[in-house]
Amino acid sequence: MQVSMTVNGEPVAEEIEGRLLLVHFLRDQLRLTGTHWGCDTSNCGTCVVWLDGEPVKSCTVLAAMAGGKQVRTVEGLETDGVLDPIQQGFMECHGLQCGFCTPGMLMTARALLDRTPNPSEHQIREAISGQICRCTGYATIVRSVQWASENRIAEREAEREAERAATRTTDREPEVAS
Amino acid sequence: MTALDQAPAGGAVPAHENNNQKPLGHGRMLRKEDPRFIRGLGRYCDDVQLPGMLHLAILRSPVAHARIVSIDTSPALAHPKVKAVVTGADLAAQGLAWMPTLSNDVQSVLATDKVRFQGQEVAFVVAQDRYTARDALELIDVEYDILEPVVDVRKALAPDAPVIRTDLDGKTDNHCFDWETGDAAATEAVFARADVVVKQEIVYPRVHPAPMETCGSVADYDRVDGKLTLWSTSQAPHAHRTLYALVAGLPEHKIRVISPDLGGGFGGKVPIYPGYVCSIVASIVTGKPVKWMEDRSENLTSTGFARDYVMQGEIAASKEGKILAIRTNVLADHGAFNGVAAPVKYPAGFFGVFTGSYDLEAAYCHMTAVYTNKAPGGVAYACSFRITEAVYLVERIVDCLAFELKMDPAQLRLKNFIRPEQFPYLTRTGWTYDSGNYEPALRLAMRLAGYDELRAEQAQKRSRGELMGIGVSFFTEAVGAGPRKDMDILGLGMADGCELRVHPTGKAVVRLSVQSQGQGHETTFAQIVAEEIGIPPEDIDVVHGDTDNTPFGLGTYGSRSTPVSGAAAALVARKVRDKARIIASGMLEVSVADLQWDKGSFSVKGDPGQSVTIQAIAMRAHGAGDLPEGLEGGLEAQICYNPENLTYPFGAYICVVDIDPGTAVVKVRRFIAVDDCGTRINPMIIEGQVHGGLTDGVGMALMEMIAFDEEGNCLGGSLMDYLIPTALEVPDWETGFTVTPSPHHPIGAKGVGESATVGSPPAVVNAVVDALKPFGLRHADMPLTPSRVWNAVQGHPTPPI
Amino acid sequence: MQVPAPFEYERATSVDHAIGLLERLGDSARLIAGGHSLLPMMKLRLVNLEYVIDINDLHGELGYIRFTPDEVRIGALTRHRELLESDELAGIFPIFRDAERVIADPVVRNRGTLGGSLCQADPSEDLSAVCTTLDASCVIRSATGERVVSMNQFHRGPYETAVGDDEMLLEIRIPVRSGGSSAYEKVERRAGDWAVTSCGAAVWMDDGKIVDARVGLAAVGPNTTGIPEISALLRGRAPSEEQYAQAGAIAARSCSPTTDMRGTAEYKRHLADELTRRTLRRAVARIAQAPRPGGL
Repeated sequence: MQVSMTVNGEPVAEEIEGRLLLVHFLRDQLRLTGTHWGCDTSNCGTCVVWLDGEPVKSCTVLAAMAGGKQVRTVEGLETDGVLDPIQQGFMECHGLQCGFCTPGMLMTARALLDRTPNPSEHQIREAISGQICRCTGYATIVRSVQWASENRIAEREAEREAERAATRTTDREPEVAS
Repeated sequence: MTALDQAPAGGAVPAHENNNQKPLGHGRMLRKEDPRFIRGLGRYCDDVQLPGMLHLAILRSPVAHARIVSIDTSPALAHPKVKAVVTGADLAAQGLAWMPTLSNDVQSVLATDKVRFQGQEVAFVVAQDRYTARDALELIDVEYDILEPVVDVRKALAPDAPVIRTDLDGKTDNHCFDWETGDAAATEAVFARADVVVKQEIVYPRVHPAPMETCGSVADYDRVDGKLTLWSTSQAPHAHRTLYALVAGLPEHKIRVISPDLGGGFGGKVPIYPGYVCSIVASIVTGKPVKWMEDRSENLTSTGFARDYVMQGEIAASKEGKILAIRTNVLADHGAFNGVAAPVKYPAGFFGVFTGSYDLEAAYCHMTAVYTNKAPGGVAYACSFRITEAVYLVERIVDCLAFELKMDPAQLRLKNFIRPEQFPYLTRTGWTYDSGNYEPALRLAMRLAGYDELRAEQAQKRSRGELMGIGVSFFTEAVGAGPRKDMDILGLGMADGCELRVHPTGKAVVRLSVQSQGQGHETTFAQIVAEEIGIPPEDIDVVHGDTDNTPFGLGTYGSRSTPVSGAAAALVARKVRDKARIIASGMLEVSVADLQWDKGSFSVKGDPGQSVTIQAIAMRAHGAGDLPEGLEGGLEAQICYNPENLTYPFGAYICVVDIDPGTAVVKVRRFIAVDDCGTRINPMIIEGQVHGGLTDGVGMALMEMIAFDEEGNCLGGSLMDYLIPTALEVPDWETGFTVTPSPHHPIGAKGVGESATVGSPPAVVNAVVDALKPFGLRHADMPLTPSRVWNAVQGHPTPPI
Repeated sequence: MQVPAPFEYERATSVDHAIGLLERLGDSARLIAGGHSLLPMMKLRLVNLEYVIDINDLHGELGYIRFTPDEVRIGALTRHRELLESDELAGIFPIFRDAERVIADPVVRNRGTLGGSLCQADPSEDLSAVCTTLDASCVIRSATGERVVSMNQFHRGPYETAVGDDEMLLEIRIPVRSGGSSAYEKVERRAGDWAVTSCGAAVWMDDGKIVDARVGLAAVGPNTTGIPEISALLRGRAPSEEQYAQAGAIAARSCSPTTDMRGTAEYKRHLADELTRRTLRRAVARIAQAPRPGGL
């Protein structure tokens, strides 16, 4: 059967079997190997991607079910060569070691910060509680998300201040003498 | 000299540190490997895709013990997308049905006569895609004649037990080996006169490393060149290459083993698994690249498990609490084949360090290893060659002694530590601990934990019927295998090579034989070299994992990378620096003795204006003009490092738990870990290693177990059954450190990869048992799930096996 | 990774279309919503289908939580996450939020649905216990019309429900009565695990006395255990620790747990007792804390 969807903002159309899992569609057919797989029972979370803006376990979604929808993977976090703060945060705070669970963690963390810009430690731990890391012991992942939260907040503050400054300048423009 | 030299000799690690300090050598720096991983651009085995690549799937035994009556592969062969189907009989015709294990036993590649554990490999299919390969497995019809399995390790040597290893000539029982260490008579004498003797059966159940990436390989045999290229999830690519050469009869120089990025290993990626061999055979047979990636159930049921020791522990002491001797009788379950990866002279690995961190008068261990109808293995999951078992035994039995003597467990340990002036310390089982300073580490842990306040809180809570526990654990472990006179695996010595080359423009490449599975070697090894040679770590490329362009070595496990390969890297960098010194003397026209080294440049003593950088020296080494007499061009060196001894990192851990009296659910409230790994290369990476290992300990202590039912069905074959901690089961880790360098290691570093996995299970178990002290409980076995804790509280704690 | 055997994929565009497909394709076709019960079973080849009918696009039609003074109606395609996040639902029936916090994990909750969980009918399934506790009824539609069944009638046995091969669960309906609240508690070996034992309680009070009480257990018997003996015990009584203890004792002897890797039968019976007490206690405390004049 034919399936078409948008992946990281790009339209794709492919011939697939009805039973093809989304994770294999992304990895084997679209060659987006950033999304991983690590279990048979939807427990490990190394396969997490976004489906219409929500984190899902792509090993438990059929590619056909994603037809007509928006899929976002870890490869779509970086835009125009600029890393997402969550990616920078993981590097700054050693939130990864072998890197295998990392794409899934990044996607879930990004979604969490979009909904809850300043999450508590418990909220972060709960958000990633469906995903297993065997290397880091989770504390550095929590710190990575907190770093991204603080830096995004700082970034947004800077943006807002710049906007406010621009508005003030406009306000102060002298009226044209009539 | 860096700022680190003036750093305090130990202390707490604050929760948030700036990791981006860009040191010229040791210190906190971000990892060089991260940029690809955070972009999803890691290159793991399943990411390898080659033109025309086929897919292999393995048919596995559904039962634990059975004779194979017949195999009908014709329906599978008839499938249009299936390219090949191979059985044990087909392999036997090529002499490939059996292969040696790392313990000088043999194991089936594909079963021929019998299957001996549930999940054992029986046949494989090769198909155009992975879905077809999976479908085709259902088209192979195997008839089994089911035999009674041996599942209970305590009954494996019963006179009427079925014999598993009928493939071994003359084998009439399930005995694998007997082993002993220490002095039985001297130990018996000490026990006979001791005031206090405490005996306890202590079980370390079967667990599994379960890295997030399962095992697999891509084999690409080129029939024209006769060259095999094998990508595989291997922690020891060179050792594997040599073994393939010996086993498959392929010339070694025609084999290239590439370990790409590994998604964790933890010892589970040390053995050669039948699947790798199958993929090689498949590539030869089909003439195409063939990929095999196991699924999670295959990983949990058939690859290298860990532990599975039933230990009868005994400790003898004076009534004042002086520990005199430790004795143990161990029953070791080795599964159907002895696949333990341990140095040949150490069939029980380094279990001999069960004497712990204490100054004993005597010690003795007798071990009996048996076969059972379970997967082979035993040495995986950050076990440091059985040191996890040894430390668990001693730290549990010491706590049992504290219970009987009504002594505080921290005080009991402080009273019995090996003292700093006793190092190097020869234990009663023949191990020479290189250096140690135990008391400050435990005192630091107690201070960070607020130990006295915790005990006061516990007393208050107990008066209200609340259950709070404080567990202490202290470990010394032996890592960095090892000296070639003592240690080899299948005849391959455990020395490691290292090559360093500095390019004309002053950048460098260092080639290692160890292989990272997430430990950050691309960063730490650049830092080790940078520290010696003054080239920034960003300018040093670290190459590992490919046998075609790295020196020979035995790989990464047993925390050996820093002690062995790290030493090699430091020494080879010094060799290069020595050559650079001579070139510098020529450039500055002074004698070598008049030169001073400031990390990164040589200057004339007393005339700092007269200096040359290492980069300028590199250009000179490759450039035109004369070099000092006798010196060749280029700036590189190569060494093979044979460690003089193992190294002995140590640590003090304290765990605080709260147990719900109504449901018996255990919550880990706090965990304080003080580690001493000698010289610290990158504190950020060390903390990460410790955090990961502590999580392992919580997992094993509270929830992880590969269990079997009476028929030998594996009950831990999925991540729904084999439970691994999530972020909600572990606290924010509180860590600290002390620094006691290794006297024999070139930079005094000891290694830390497995320390936390070794030291944490007893800390958690000790805490739970401590919480249940009001019920008179002295011991309870892992995993301490709510049900098992409740059973213990009711007065009938049961061993897990 | 394990993968399903081959099947054809169909996508439903409406409820009637879905039912029509079920009729046409027969018992080798099943509906798939969240897929987190069905797909794992298909990967392990415990279930083999010829057709899978994707009903996720019906979320507009069947994903809702509707409140009337007498009843709360929840569409079968309502996701676990939506049940967790609904403040209004948590206000009337806090048992839902209690339970959803400990069902699966946050990512799975984005996909899994109420209908999917109920129709899977796993004996350890938490939402079934919640619905039993709240005396919910289930609306089932076929080509010939709709019928309403109680939770007792809905669950026929492990993995077996009253929904026929060519029928579809549309919604559940929960009666709203004044003076009530509810609670849920679950013991698990680790976050996201199936329950060792879990328990839901709902209590309605008037003038300091219990008007009605219901307790539902999961994971301690072939189907969600609703316990009428507890309701009979508590009606007309003032709530007290002694009442809770008696109710707990009834719960412990009214279930039939088995020993498995999650726990021994003896321990699970103990939990049935303990969790019954805790949830009754909390439901009563919630009534005291937030009384709503004129009904809940």
